[in-house]
Amino acid sequence: MTTLTSHLGPVSQLLPHQIPTQVVAKIDTGDTAWLLAASALVLLMAPGLALFYGGMVRSKSVLNMMMMTFGALAAITIVWVLVGYSVAFGDDVGWGLVGDPLQHFGLQTLVAESADSWLTVPIILFAMFQGLFCVITGALVSGAIADRARFGAWIVFVSAWTVLVYAPIAHWVFDFDRDGHTGGWLANRVGTIDFAGGMAVEICSGASALALALVVGTRVGFGNDAMRPHNLTLVMLGAGLLLFGWYGFNAGSALGANHTAAVVFVTTTCAAAAGSIGWLLMERFRDGHATTLGAASGLVAGLVAITPSGGSVTPLGALVMGLAAGVICGLAVGLKYRWRYDDSLDVVGVHLVGGLVGTIGIGLIGSASAPTGVAGLLYGGGVDQLGKQLLGAGVVLVYAFVLSGVIAWLVHRFMGFRIDEEHEVTGIDLVIHAETAYDLHSTAGSRSGGGGLQAPKATAGPFGQQASQD
Amino acid sequence: MKIVTAVIKPHKWEDVRAALEGVGITGMTVSEVSGYGRQKGHTEVYRGAEYDIALVPKVRLEIVLDDADVEGVMDAIVGSAATGRIGDGKVWVSPVESVVRVRTGDRDQSAV
Repeated sequence: MTTLTSHLGPVSQLLPHQIPTQVVAKIDTGDTAWLLAASALVLLMAPGLALFYGGMVRSKSVLNMMMMTFGALAAITIVWVLVGYSVAFGDDVGWGLVGDPLQHFGLQTLVAESADSWLTVPIILFAMFQGLFCVITGALVSGAIADRARFGAWIVFVSAWTVLVYAPIAHWVFDFDRDGHTGGWLANRVGTIDFAGGMAVEICSGASALALALVVGTRVGFGNDAMRPHNLTLVMLGAGLLLFGWYGFNAGSALGANHTAAVVFVTTTCAAAAGSIGWLLMERFRDGHATTLGAASGLVAGLVAITPSGGSVTPLGALVMGLAAGVICGLAVGLKYRWRYDDSLDVVGVHLVGGLVGTIGIGLIGSASAPTGVAGLLYGGGVDQLGKQLLGAGVVLVYAFVLSGVIAWLVHRFMGFRIDEEHEVTGIDLVIHAETAYDLHSTAGSRSGGGGLQAPKATAGPFGQQASQD
Repeated sequence: MKIVTAVIKPHKWEDVRAALEGVGITGMTVSEVSGYGRQKGHTEVYRGAEYDIALVPKVRLEIVLDDADVEGVMDAIVGSAATGRIGDGKVWVSPVESVVRVRTGDRDQSAV
């Protein structure tokens, strides 16, 4: 993602770590070590999100909520390795829209050491790092359809979405030109800045979530029943893991252990802290209470906003960015009740809106002293970058919304996306997965078969017989 | 024989238990229940969405005893469970036809 630095002209001179494109980059062990660790951190965001989302739903659907994340992790990884990476980072097939979908089929072309060329890290590691971004983006979308979606339909949707929605957008914003390789149009032709995925991850997931929520429809009782989070301690643990993993996401996007990574590490922390404070202040004034869920949500909102902008703002700019995201996202989550779309866990309010704040914010408070070296409107940079950011954000929003809507509609039409109303009321965990999250009653029943074996008779152990005779 | 049922505030349960021990009650059945009366419920707020939570958590005690012990037990419960504020709960007495102690098969008076 931040290969942007070496391809935007004068910026590359400011960054000593960047290797000129015409020279084959030498593998750097420090960079590679950091990206290995960062990739694992990004992966950790998936179980973190499962806890974050799982705690927010009712106890009868927590397992399904977590399974949508774990299912996305499995399905997207497979699709990404097969074709997703090629669509995103293969040689462009025309107009900067998509990469050659079969160029790196199965990542076969990246296995040999000779494949390492244009980065200081192995390209195959870069490919998996990018794949994990797609995993977390897809998993984020599931928050819009809590409690009511058929699991198989979700897996089909998110697999198609990987190829048709995420990968092309990643190509547009993350795939930079280099010698012998043409990348995507937004990054190279327009010059839109998206450090770690404000458009590809946040706006994309939020717009996809909105489309999906509209196609799937509202939950039974939406707007009337108390659909309160069943376990806020899980939500807090999940938010903590997301924050921890986000360092891999943002600082890892420097693709090296270098100064840019360090700056982004700091801006990420600042935005998370300010986001939390922003949300808490807003709800303290509006509702009268500073809530636990507000603290966790504001933290994530701040992180969302700093995702595109982490390399473009100063620490003070990051504080402003986080504060703005916390307040604006906190206000935006209420819109679903007014407009009656059931974005159950506020993917739109937090990720779409927060992504817009961060992406557009670069054009306002971007600092020339930050790694991307572009001044925003308020720093005397004029409206040039602001226009590029608005264009990129708008196009990604519309594309993700329309394409996701079409995929969701087709899945709904031919497979059915909804479970029965009666099953939804009973609880999706029990109906779809034949499990319940919590064993709260010891009188559970007895085994009735399955597993390919007869249920064994209980035995008393070697001394059981004697003991019973005493 | 009678059964005394009391629904009280959860945080008063230890006081009530101590008071009942004071009048010689050695056993009872306790359940965590929820309900509402004049106290009504409360409001919770999640991401700005307000929910009226109608049910308030309470503790329910059930004690089977001899007719002669009823008044003393009622007084002990009421005296120890009262805070003077709304939502303190209720105590009521109902007749019991027959009792069996499962372990011994003892019936009625000797089983209480």
